Amino acid sequence: MPCAAPKSAVTGAVASNMVSTIKPKHQRLVLLVIALIALIGAGLLAAWGLRSQASYFYVPSDIRADPPDPDRPVRLGGMVEKGSLKTEADGVTISFVVGDGKERVPVRFRGIVPSLFVEGSGVVAEGKLAANGIFIADNLLAKHDEKYVPRELQDMTQHQAEQVVAETR
Amino acid sequence: MIAEFGLVALWLAAALAGLQLMAGALGLTSRGEGLAGIVRPVAVVQGVLCLASFLALIVLFCQTDLSVKLVAMNSHSAKPFIYKLAGAWGNHEGSMLLWVTVMGLAGGFVALVEKRLPEPTMLATLAGQAFVSLGFYAFLLLSSNPFERITPVPAEGNGLNPLLQDMGLAFHPPTLYLGYVGLSVAFSFAIGALVTREVGPAFARAMRPWVLGAWIFLTVGITAGSYWAYYELGWGGWWFWDPVENASLMPWLAATALLHSASVLAARNALRAWTVMLGVVAFSMSMVGTFLVRSGILTSVHAFAVDPERGTFILALLAINIGGALTLFALRAATVTEGKRFAIVSREGALVFNNVMLSAILGIVLFGTLYPLVAESMGAKVSVGPPYFNPMGALFFVPMLIVLMVGPLLRWRRDSLARVKAPLLVPVALAIVIAIVLAIWSGIHVLPFIGLVLAGGLAVASVLPLRGRNLRRTPLAVWGMVAAHLGVAVALAGMASETAFSVEKLVAARPGDKTTAGPWTVKLERIEPVAGPNWTALEAKLLASYQGGKPIEIDPQARSFWTPPQQTSESALITRWNGQLYAVLGEEASDGRWQLRLWWKPFVTLIWFGGLLIAFGGLLALFGRVAADVRRIVARDKIAYRRERQGR
Repeated sequence: MPCAAPKSAVTGAVASNMVSTIKPKHQRLVLLVIALIALIGAGLLAAWGLRSQASYFYVPSDIRADPPDPDRPVRLGGMVEKGSLKTEADGVTISFVVGDGKERVPVRFRGIVPSLFVEGSGVVAEGKLAANGIFIADNLLAKHDEKYVPRELQDMTQHQAEQVVAETR
Repeated sequence: MIAEFGLVALWLAAALAGLQLMAGALGLTSRGEGLAGIVRPVAVVQGVLCLASFLALIVLFCQTDLSVKLVAMNSHSAKPFIYKLAGAWGNHEGSMLLWVTVMGLAGGFVALVEKRLPEPTMLATLAGQAFVSLGFYAFLLLSSNPFERITPVPAEGNGLNPLLQDMGLAFHPPTLYLGYVGLSVAFSFAIGALVTREVGPAFARAMRPWVLGAWIFLTVGITAGSYWAYYELGWGGWWFWDPVENASLMPWLAATALLHSASVLAARNALRAWTVMLGVVAFSMSMVGTFLVRSGILTSVHAFAVDPERGTFILALLAINIGGALTLFALRAATVTEGKRFAIVSREGALVFNNVMLSAILGIVLFGTLYPLVAESMGAKVSVGPPYFNPMGALFFVPMLIVLMVGPLLRWRRDSLARVKAPLLVPVALAIVIAIVLAIWSGIHVLPFIGLVLAGGLAVASVLPLRGRNLRRTPLAVWGMVAAHLGVAVALAGMASETAFSVEKLVAARPGDKTTAGPWTVKLERIEPVAGPNWTALEAKLLASYQGGKPIEIDPQARSFWTPPQQTSESALITRWNGQLYAVLGEEASDGRWQLRLWWKPFVTLIWFGGLLIAFGGLLALFGRVAADVRRIVARDKIAYRRERQGR
């Protein structure tokens, strides 16, 4: 660190005269105000960001009643309906239907599914609802084992999805 | 017997912590001066007892003593030895025992070696350490006893979560805990300094090596955790903004800010109240992290305890410790006298900017982590991810990096930008060249673009403080600073490059099929079953050649463990100097084809090399500081000795 003595000549008078004119107490106040403004700014930004970016959890009845914007990332949770799982010709794209006992939403996913993803069990799909009503998932969360269950799924595997519908209201 | 020995050692350690608190507090008053002498020895013995208790648990796990409930729940006789060992801390009770052990050892170590501060401050510091420890002893002994016996003794144990059966992960929790809990020392120093009103350069110098040590472990722990998530989870990502990851990032951000503000306090006697505040905040973030991870409020591979009683206990501890410390701070902050003045354009000014930006990022991460919990308690299920964290974090990270290029070149107290303009021309020119090349050559997104441009500029700017110096005589602390800042540039380059240039290929292939991913051609040879000590797997034999070169065999697996029954996907990697090929085996498609996922990730390894370089910089600085302190103490003792002899 160039810990050069502070008394050495400082070229260019850009550095303010704060050192000589402002009292320590005032400098402290100025620093405090700057820090507070930055932190409050961060807080406000965080609040704004959370409002616009947090992805909300939907069950099929919600998504039918009040569809999210097509470019908004959301999570869709429910049961994978029996007999609905199909693999497309490329071998890596699957489609299935997620239901909650009332409504059904078709989902498409391209990728490797989690190992415990099977028909008749719960799933949380992360992605966006396309304009044609198909949910395009970028990621699927399924139950890994008893110790690692996606939070939204905990209730679902046991008590079926209606419970979740009741709970989220 | 061993279990009882461990439990007794733990109770004794807790009792000694009580004694340490009482003696320390009374030692500060005029009547209790006699007690002051016992505080340091008690702290040392307490640390030793903790260690004995922890070793007892390790022995129990190594022997697979199934009469101990914790062992029966989490271990299995067929498990490889190293994971039996790691199993000792791969569960809630064991990890909390590790927590108090590290805390006890840190307190004992401080008591043993820290001689620079006035004795009353040290008494208050050690009493503070004992107070915080007591809460965790209570938690461990009353609600999470690791040595509890079980009857009848089960014939076989439950096994360890297979995701945790990995070499890197075996040593990830101890590393992270050394960091988390090491910050408790900074917390206690802050308490001690507030109690005795001794906030000054001596306090900062005494605290700094402890913060540095904890920070190095945190850095290594976060880096290792990120690499683990990258290759073990098989999703190809290196940071998920998972609450558990954030729980380790928040103390790191606070500790980084603390390191920088402590250096201002040590060198210039400014930022006094702020440094004390950060000392409190850093360990508070460790405790918040522990609460999030251990309370079961989050469901993840880290949340062993899904037990509301424990969550409430940790929350109460959190409230007492953080609330108490902040109250003390509020009472005493006004009496902490103002520090030395400085101009805006000065080393101090740049470091203040760094601190404010780091605090803002900390705030962003904290809000984003807690918001889903708050929202859920009000009935809405929300998840917050990269679309929030990436832009919000970058908003403060980018200005911080720009100032980071200039700050280390500035002088203390007062400087001018004109003076540092000439040397900065090189990094700025490089950044502009990179920007032009990227703009013409590739249409990458805004954030990776900014990242690559800044990484280039920062890489050069970070070594500028060495110019014009005699490199042999440059203090280690300066080398450390240069290495750590260079590490930031290297890690940033890796992150941006991975985000911008990764190539992903998802195919369903028959044996014999060839697939290209970036410069690689990958041929699926065959799929065959293999077996390990406690799993079976399907293994794909892949031959991968880089730009038509000699093929290299890699074998990604889909594993099935049987205790407990669980599927994991073992990715396979080929590391080159310029990136990694990452292969994952998926499921069998109906017609004999197998799903394969391939990624070519250019320069992705820079992320972790950068992380390690940051930690290495910390290590250099720590050695430099400690060596300088030792030299100073030796010199002082010599002078005192000479004076004494002359006096005779």
